[in-house]
Amino acid sequence: MFYRESGQFKSSYAKDQAIFPIRQDQIAIVLILAVAFLVVPWFVNDYWSKSVLQPFLVFSIAAIGLNILVGYCGQISLGTGGFMAVGAYASYKIMTSFPDMPIVLVIILSGFCAAGVGILFGLPSLRIKGFYLAVATLASQFFLIWMFNKVPWFHNYTMSQITVPPREFLGVTVTSSSAGPAAQYLFCLGFVVVGAWLAKNLVRGRTGRSWMAIRDMDIAAELIGIRPLQTKLLAFAISSFYIGISGALIFCVYLGTVEASEAFDINQSFLVLFMIIIGGLGSILGSFLGAGFMILMPIVLKNIMVGSFGMAAVTAKHIEISLMGVLIVFFLIVEPHGFARLWQILKEKLRLWPFPY
Amino acid sequence: MNLKKLALGALAAAVVATPMALSTPASAYEYTIPGLVYRTGPYAPNGIPFANGYADYFKLLNERDGGIGGVKLNVVECETGYNTKVGVECYENLKNEGDSGAMVFSPLSTGITYALIPKATEDEIPIFSMGYGRTSAADGTVFPWVFNFPTTYWSQATAFVKYVGAQEGGMENLKGKKIALVYHNSAYGKEPIKTLEVLAADLGFELMLLPVDHPGQEQKATWLQVRRAKPDWIFMWGWGVMNQVAIKEAASIKYPMDHFIGVWWSGSENDVLPAGDGANGYLAGTFHSPSNSLPVHDQIRDMLYANGNGAGEVDRVGEVLYNRGMLNAMFIAEGIKNAQAIHGTTELRGKHLRDGLEAMDITEARLAELGMGGFTPEVKVTCADHEGGGPVRIQQWNAADQKWEWASDWITPMSDVVRELVMADSAAYAAENNITPVDCN
Repeated sequence: MFYRESGQFKSSYAKDQAIFPIRQDQIAIVLILAVAFLVVPWFVNDYWSKSVLQPFLVFSIAAIGLNILVGYCGQISLGTGGFMAVGAYASYKIMTSFPDMPIVLVIILSGFCAAGVGILFGLPSLRIKGFYLAVATLASQFFLIWMFNKVPWFHNYTMSQITVPPREFLGVTVTSSSAGPAAQYLFCLGFVVVGAWLAKNLVRGRTGRSWMAIRDMDIAAELIGIRPLQTKLLAFAISSFYIGISGALIFCVYLGTVEASEAFDINQSFLVLFMIIIGGLGSILGSFLGAGFMILMPIVLKNIMVGSFGMAAVTAKHIEISLMGVLIVFFLIVEPHGFARLWQILKEKLRLWPFPY
Repeated sequence: MNLKKLALGALAAAVVATPMALSTPASAYEYTIPGLVYRTGPYAPNGIPFANGYADYFKLLNERDGGIGGVKLNVVECETGYNTKVGVECYENLKNEGDSGAMVFSPLSTGITYALIPKATEDEIPIFSMGYGRTSAADGTVFPWVFNFPTTYWSQATAFVKYVGAQEGGMENLKGKKIALVYHNSAYGKEPIKTLEVLAADLGFELMLLPVDHPGQEQKATWLQVRRAKPDWIFMWGWGVMNQVAIKEAASIKYPMDHFIGVWWSGSENDVLPAGDGANGYLAGTFHSPSNSLPVHDQIRDMLYANGNGAGEVDRVGEVLYNRGMLNAMFIAEGIKNAQAIHGTTELRGKHLRDGLEAMDITEARLAELGMGGFTPEVKVTCADHEGGGPVRIQQWNAADQKWEWASDWITPMSDVVRELVMADSAAYAAENNITPVDCN
């Protein structure tokens, strides 16, 4: 009933190829965007912005990036933390070397730096496949973190962590702690919306189809004329671009100060990988759902246990750690293809409701 | 499907319930003292005694004195797991907690301290990173909201060199000696490098850098290098499991333990006990006594643990890290007392406590009053100097009696060297972040 598409006729190619072909989806997305851009900024406070919305948004970008590589192109990567670090350190170097450069440009350039590094570490993917590739990308994780820790040029010869200087976007400070919660939230949201829109279009176009062809069977893809070199490296580049942007945003906006070995360690790579596995491989929506689950669930659990039930912080933490594990197993048993598939099933059911057959 | 509905329903309920959970009922005016603790994660063995000492001291004040100036202290713990992201979440969660808001943050993590410095400055909540965090925060003109007294890593590094000089029979004998620094490969571990490099150039000793990656369970390669290069002295900047492993490795290559000095985060019972007798004679810096039989300890045992009210186990009261947590709490409590006197009110917030911390002037007489006679050297903080210029003392592990003993007197750090480095680093920070230094005159 809710998802009944009957009567929605696609009378032109443009309509048929629309990013959201179903009217209900169009309405929903407009509503979500309207709320996100127009309503939330009025109510968001420091806590919600810093602890809930910003991590959710920046990790959504990272999850989209990794989903392009793992979910769409089928190349397993464990180097996410390293590529994030490239984005973060690139933005720091660019910002301090060219103080007048607009912040948006800085972040996009950082994305390109990460893309370059991604291509470099993507090269082995032409020979190495599957789990072996995961190990090769794992090397990139360790190498990059080691490099940022080791080479003092990357942190401008200070012994300490890198700290973001204040920068403005459209006359409003968005980086450093003098930025307001709404400004930082909107800044991240802008990147997420544009990034997700681009990614969605990429994966349903020619590029995305060639990625999926490589993922499903690379020899067959080669036979029908898809060049594996270009396709795989493009996936690595675009994936790293997104991950680099997310790393730059983590550094510039969300945390404001990072240290490579702590903020971008191997745990981040796993975290983002879990996000896309739980959210749904090969789905942009799944990236958001997975990021939401992995970022928000611990905070929700903590607030319920400590805030509502007055549990000791440490007990709550132990329960939270185990509960997160249980929930992950539970959801994967209920739906091995992740939340995105769960949503798809729900959509089907809503279509038929209340008369399922 | 029913299962799914149940799960989704629970999820939705949880999301709805969260904002409600964030508000707490009002009662009599209390000071909210956030405790950013880590009782879980890779550094938990060190985080737990510290958190217990911190919590117990405030509890003792509530029990014994009815709070400070009649206002009770409410310690709200937030579990960080030594993770910066979670630390930021804790900060945002706690900063407006209760009537007073968070009075002060003591993150006990270099990463979290760095992340909170700009935020807390903006929110006017002081950060008290006792002997850790950003060393250049000792410059109160650039970091008015950050305090790192009684002493800093850089001061400690100079004190170590002074100690080594004394052992070698004079600073001139350091020429040609080889000192190795085994450090946690992070911002924290790298803190002393610059200071030591300056000293190496000045005094003519050779500095050998040996990084150990987090968490430091595997150090065979590092100690192989030590065995080959045979440094005359080893300094260690470690934390957590890295300390135990390093001490065990040093013992196994028969390195003379009395030439091996750890930072004050590498000098607790946890670090030396696993190495057994091998750790005998190991040295570590500290800024407070390792005693567990001060009057304050007895009070804690009698008033808290006897009533089943203590935060930890009674036989661990007075361990090195427990004492450090207690010292941290004592400084905060004294700061609150000062702030009450300065502002003439008990309804203080974090911004008032800043003035109290800046007026910190702990004398031996005051320590004796608090039941902590001889516990820590005298500390005097000024507007420009947030370090308090505190001396460092070397303690030595006695494996037979299983306790720490003094190995030196209080060593005054080379303030001229340290101050110069501090001013240079804080000036760079001020320039990068467009900060106008506070005028202290």
